[in-house]
Order: sequence, then structure tokens, then C-alpha cells
Amino acid sequence: MKQLWKSGDPFIWLTGGALATSLVMVAGLISLVMVNGLGFFWPSPIVRLTLTDGTVLMGQIAEREAIPQPDAPPGTPLQYRLQLKVGNRDLYGADFVWVDEAKITSREAPAEAVLIQRREWGDLYGTIKAVKEGGRVLAEGPEAGWTALQARLPEVLRVSREIGRIDKKEIGAINTAQEKIRLRLRRLELKGVTGGPEVESLQRDMAARQAEYKEQEHALNALRQTLSTSVVVAAAGDKEKDLALALIVRAYHPNTMGLTDKVGYYLAKLWEFLVDDPRESNTEGGVFPAIFGTVMMVMIMSLVVTPLGVLAAFYLREYAKQGTFVSAVRIAVNNLAGVPSIVFGVFGVGFFIYFIGGGIDRLFFPEALPTPTFGTGGILWASLTLALLTVPVVIVATEEGLAAIPGGTREASLALGATKFETTWRVVLPAVMPSVLTGLILAMARAAGEVAPLMITGVVKLAPALPVDGVFPFLHLERKFMHLGFHIYDVGFQSPNVDAARPMVFTTALLLLMVVLLLNLTAILIRNRLRKKYAATAF
Amino acid sequence: MLDLLTSPLTKPEVHRDNPTGRGHDHAAGRDGTSNLKAPTNVDPMIQVKDVNLKYGQKQALFDVNLDILGKRATAFIGPSGCGKTTLLRCLNRLNDLIDNVTISGTIRVHGVDIYAPQIDVSELRKRVGMVFQKSNPFPKSIYDNVAYGPRIYGIRNSRLDAIVEKSLRAAALWDEVKDRLRESGLSLSGGQQQRLCIARALAVEPEVLLMDEPCSALDPIATGKIEELIHSLKNQYTIVIVTHNMQQAARVSDYTGFFLMGEMVEFDETPRIFTNPRDRRTEDYITGRFG
Repeated sequence: MKQLWKSGDPFIWLTGGALATSLVMVAGLISLVMVNGLGFFWPSPIVRLTLTDGTVLMGQIAEREAIPQPDAPPGTPLQYRLQLKVGNRDLYGADFVWVDEAKITSREAPAEAVLIQRREWGDLYGTIKAVKEGGRVLAEGPEAGWTALQARLPEVLRVSREIGRIDKKEIGAINTAQEKIRLRLRRLELKGVTGGPEVESLQRDMAARQAEYKEQEHALNALRQTLSTSVVVAAAGDKEKDLALALIVRAYHPNTMGLTDKVGYYLAKLWEFLVDDPRESNTEGGVFPAIFGTVMMVMIMSLVVTPLGVLAAFYLREYAKQGTFVSAVRIAVNNLAGVPSIVFGVFGVGFFIYFIGGGIDRLFFPEALPTPTFGTGGILWASLTLALLTVPVVIVATEEGLAAIPGGTREASLALGATKFETTWRVVLPAVMPSVLTGLILAMARAAGEVAPLMITGVVKLAPALPVDGVFPFLHLERKFMHLGFHIYDVGFQSPNVDAARPMVFTTALLLLMVVLLLNLTAILIRNRLRKKYAATAF
Repeated sequence: MLDLLTSPLTKPEVHRDNPTGRGHDHAAGRDGTSNLKAPTNVDPMIQVKDVNLKYGQKQALFDVNLDILGKRATAFIGPSGCGKTTLLRCLNRLNDLIDNVTISGTIRVHGVDIYAPQIDVSELRKRVGMVFQKSNPFPKSIYDNVAYGPRIYGIRNSRLDAIVEKSLRAAALWDEVKDRLRESGLSLSGGQQQRLCIARALAVEPEVLLMDEPCSALDPIATGKIEELIHSLKNQYTIVIVTHNMQQAARVSDYTGFFLMGEMVEFDETPRIFTNPRDRRTEDYITGRFG
């Protein structure tokens, strides 16, 4: 036994086993996320179930599970039940129903079953009965109706997009301009000016904007008038829905789609997920604002945390007299990394938002009060809070890098007549850059996955606008934003329709992993180039 | 570079890197007599008078007096821990970097007291260059290593190429690296790295070159190359070399000082030290009876 331990073989097995265990856990987690996340967009067939009591149900099977039977004697065959997504929330009240397999008398996949994704009330399942235009029937029956629907849908979608554009861009711009005028009037009022040419000119301006608004509204109404086409869908359970085409996102026949169609549908859904805004309280549509918010927040945080952490580490390692005090500071900094992140969030709220943000509002935006401008959560404050949270990581990594630079290198520079600053700037800083990037990689990964402090410093469920847009000054650091991590929490646990939203949790988690991976790969590439340039590994 | 060379060593308005708490006595040693006179009556380049040095409570140098002549090679020999490297690092004030060092006595370069408060330490170190025991190229390209010093003194690209080539030639490295100047200095072999460090020191055109056991980590062939280099350099530079290797001191130096326990036991022309030392301890050391 002793001989065996001495030989070292058990130790090799031990180390290998530890590594394998970690790998299995990580691989398991990632494959769980990938299987659940990537399968979400695949169009599954619509089934029509007839039950023993004559009820007819139509929908997609979401899950199959064994019915728990605590009282049954051992050996009883397991009973299963199906979770069926029946959609039609406006007709049935709930998207999902559970069906015992034992009660199903027939199961078929009708070819004419149609799935319509809508802007409101979730998916609609059924068969097309008719297509109408302004009360006049254009086509009747599933086949003719489908053809008519296909013919009219592109034009309707185009008009809907146009309406959306006018609503968001044109009217949004008018609103912004009106808000600016209102603030200028308020500023004058605060100064005691309530009349005179300046006020009148502003009021005239306001009136002009109002007229513009009326004009746009008129155009919108005219466009809406053209959208009189609707489709009548017969749903299971003798229900009927007359749906305006303008409310349709897309319609398809999952039971007759070929593989190519399915792949095309899958890619279209994936694309929509990546580049579209969310719909239906985040359970449908895309997560683009959340991707954008996450990446932008990490970028701002990196811009703040890198110089701060590097400078602090330089002082600690290069300038401070090493002793008990510096050691204490170092231990304190290391321990700061263990403070619960929500504590940082609370600090961010108290210091950044109320103290600094409130101060900025009183100094620069008094006319907007009591509506806060910077005195409320926003992407800047969230980024600063996270910078505070991750600064220990950067300090520690930079310090280790500085400690790894041989003292002889610094002496060589000093012996050539360089001052301490020149030595630090020209020799030490370039040599420590790879370590700084290592710290930054760790900090970015931490920041991108953090949720708790963000919830109170500026993340929202649904942000009306991105922090960057075409309205001057283009970068709106005071705006609230969306974040993938918070999105996961919101969709998974705060959603009114948990069953429908659950697959999105996995998809969003997968996306967050990808974003972090992409950010880290970029940093790793830069670090490797720096390493090659300075060949610091040769020490 | 010439303008820099002729500029005064003292810059009254600038006063950098002067450590506080260093007991420095100007008057001390001014009249101190020494039995170790300069071997010739040429004006010495470096005058060391009554230098005492303490690291905290531990005294490392005791009343060291010696004169180092210009454009000669001077070797310091002695067993480990005898203070020869400490003295060498006093000559360019590199000991300033260590906490708790106290120095008394005077060291003059060209007659100027280098520990006077108005001394510009950077200017001193530029004139008194140094090569270290362990080769320490910067993690930069070969070119940037050599150009580092000149760049600090504000020399721009057009003149740098010439300076780099000249310095590398002077360090007998040019032919080996001329085709890969952009490669990292750390990609060179140990001997080449040490010659790169010499080239780097030469690039700022120092008057004195301090060498702290420059061959201790090198194989005999690389050592031979460095020694040849010292031979060729001593016509232009004042070289002070610390070495453990007595044969090396005998081969390359004109004068040799023997140190023991922080004292300088004997200082004379190299052939005399090795053939006819005055002090019994010197004789014991060079004949290998101890140390």
C-alpha cells in the first residue's frame, strides 16, 4: 500500500479524476443549456387530440412526464401525461393544458393545422376558415384561405413596419423636441421669465410641433385604414377568432413543412431572437436590447476599471513603502472581492445615484425636476457599480504581474539614467500589460454575469430606447437598459406566462455565454499579441 | 550626444531621487590620509574617500579609499560578501534604491561629489553606465533595447539607427543580430544577451562602465568574447569590473583592488597584485589558501 502511494500513481488518478469531474460538470451544464436553448426554435408538429369525454384539443406537445402515484402498489405500470401548448390565450385563458395519456382516444396531425404568431395574446392554433377584407369574404376554406393569406401578408407586414417606423421615429422625434421645449420653458420659468419674446417664440415652436404631430397622426390613421384584411380561424373546441392581418408576425403549417422549410424557419426565428425587440412581456420576439445593454455596460465598465485598477496596483507595488499598512490594504482589497454583489448595488444606489446623480440633477437639470435625469438608475451608474465590484480582480492581477517583473529590469532602466517615472512608463507598464488583460478578462466575465447589483442600479425589464441612438447627444448614459442576466431572471421567474417563457431562459443563458465568450476571446487575442510582442514569458 | 556629455553633471534646479535620512558628511575624509595612493600621478577619474556604508545596522564597507584612473580597466576581487559589488553600486548611486542604506565619505567623479544634494542622479547614471551580473534585457526588441537610453534623452528616429548600429558593433554583436533587430532581446542566448546589455549601456555614451560580474552566468566561450570586448572598450571607457574569477581580473584589468570583509585590503597595478602582493591576506587569497 505504502509502495503504491510512493509510486505516485494514485496521485495521478486523483488529479485526473478531479479534472474529469470538473469537466463533466461543466460539459453537463453547457449541454443542458444548449439542448434546451437551441431546440426552442425548431417547429414541432401540431397534434389534434380527441379525449374520452369528446373534447378536442389542438396544440404542440411541450413535455411528457410520469404522473406521480404515491399510493399505488409497487409494480404498477407508470401513467404518463402530456403538457400541450394550445395557445389561443384570448379564447381559452391559458396557453398550456395537461392531458392524461390514458384519456386520449385519437391523436392525429392534420395537414391544414395552422400556427399564427401574433403581436398580442401569443400564438394562435387552428384551421383557416376564411379571409375577409372590410367585411367582404375573399376566400373560404383552409386551402384557398391560406393562399389568400400568403398573397396579402407581405403587403400588410410592410405597412405595419411603416406604421411602427412613424410611431417610433417620427412621432418619437416630435415628442423629444416637445420635451426639450417644455424644459426650456420651465428653465425660463425658474428664472422668473413668464412672458416676452423668448417665451412666445418657444410657444410658437411648440404649436408648430403640435401641428406636425397632428399631421403624422393623420398619416398613421390613413395607413391603418388600409389594413382592413382579417383572417377567421377556427380553433379547437368550436371557437372562432377573427384576426386582423396587421397583428400577425408570421403564419405557417408545421405539419406539412419539409426539412428545408423547417431549417429556414429555424434560422428566421434565431435571427429574430438576435436582432428584434422583445414582445409579449419578453416571452416572445428577440433580445437585441439586452445584448446591446450587456455589451455596452461591460465596455463602459472596462473603460473605468482598467485605468483605476492598474493605477492603484502601481501605487501599491511600485511606490508605496512595503510594510504592515500596505499589506493590510492588500488584504482588504482581496477581501473586497468577497463582498456580496448586492452590497455593491446598495452602495451604487446610495453613492452614485442619490449622491452624485442627484447632485448632477440639481446642478445641470433643475428644470426637469422632480423627474430625475441622472438621479435614477442608468447604464452609467450600473457600469460604475460593476467597476467597483471588479476593481479588486484587476488590482490583484496587475500586482501579480508587477511582482513577476524581475527587479533587474527596473534597475537596468534606472542605470541608463531613466527616472523612476520613465522606467515605470516605458518598461514596467508594457511588460505588465498581459497581466492587466488577464485581470480584465476575469473582470468582464464577472461583470457580464452579475445581476443582483444591476437590478437596483439601472436594469429594467423593458427599456423603451437603447442607450445609443440617433438623437443628440447620441450616447445616453443616463438611460435605463436591458441586460441578458436580468432577462434570464425576469423571463424565468417574473413572467406571467412561465411555461411559455421557460425555454427562453435557456436560449438567453446560451446567448449570454456566447457574449461573454466573444468578449473574452477578444481580450485573449489582444493579450497573446502583446505577449508575443514583449515575449515576457521568457523570464 | 556630445552636448549631453559636456553638460554639467550638476543641475542645481533639478534634484531627483535624493533619498532622505542618509547620513552624509561632506567634511569627512577630506583630510583623511590613506596608505593606498593612486598608483600614478595622473588625475583620477573617480575618487573614493573614506566611504563607510551600512545596510541598516550592518556595516558593509569600512573606510574605503581608492582612485580609479580614466580609460583603464580596474577590477575588484574578493570573496563573496566582501563589499565589492556594494562599492560598485555606490559609484552610480544605485544603492539609493535600497531602503535603510547610510553612506558617509565622498565619491567624486571628475572632481564632482556625486552625493552632493544638487546632483542630478539620472545624469550621473547616464555617465556612469552599468552592466549587471544577470543579463537583464528589457522585454522589447533588440533594437528597442539599445535605443532605450537614447530615446529617453530625446533622440529621434533618424539618428537612432546609427547609434544602435554603432553600439551593437562596439559590443561585438552587430554581425550576429543585424538581420533580426526586431526580434525580442530575450530570444538571444545568454552570452548574446549580456553583450546586448553592454551595447545598451554603451548607447548613451557613458564615460565609466561598471560591470558587476558580467561573466558569472556565461560559458567559457561567451566569457572569452566579453573579455575581448572589455579589452577593446578600455581604450575609450573607464571600466570598473567586479569579478570572482582571479584569472579574469588578471587578464582584463590594469589595476586590481582586493576586498575582504568590507575593507579594501590592497589596491595596485594588476601584475603587482598577482605577482608581488604587499599584504599577506591578498597573497593567501590569490594563491587559493582561502576564499
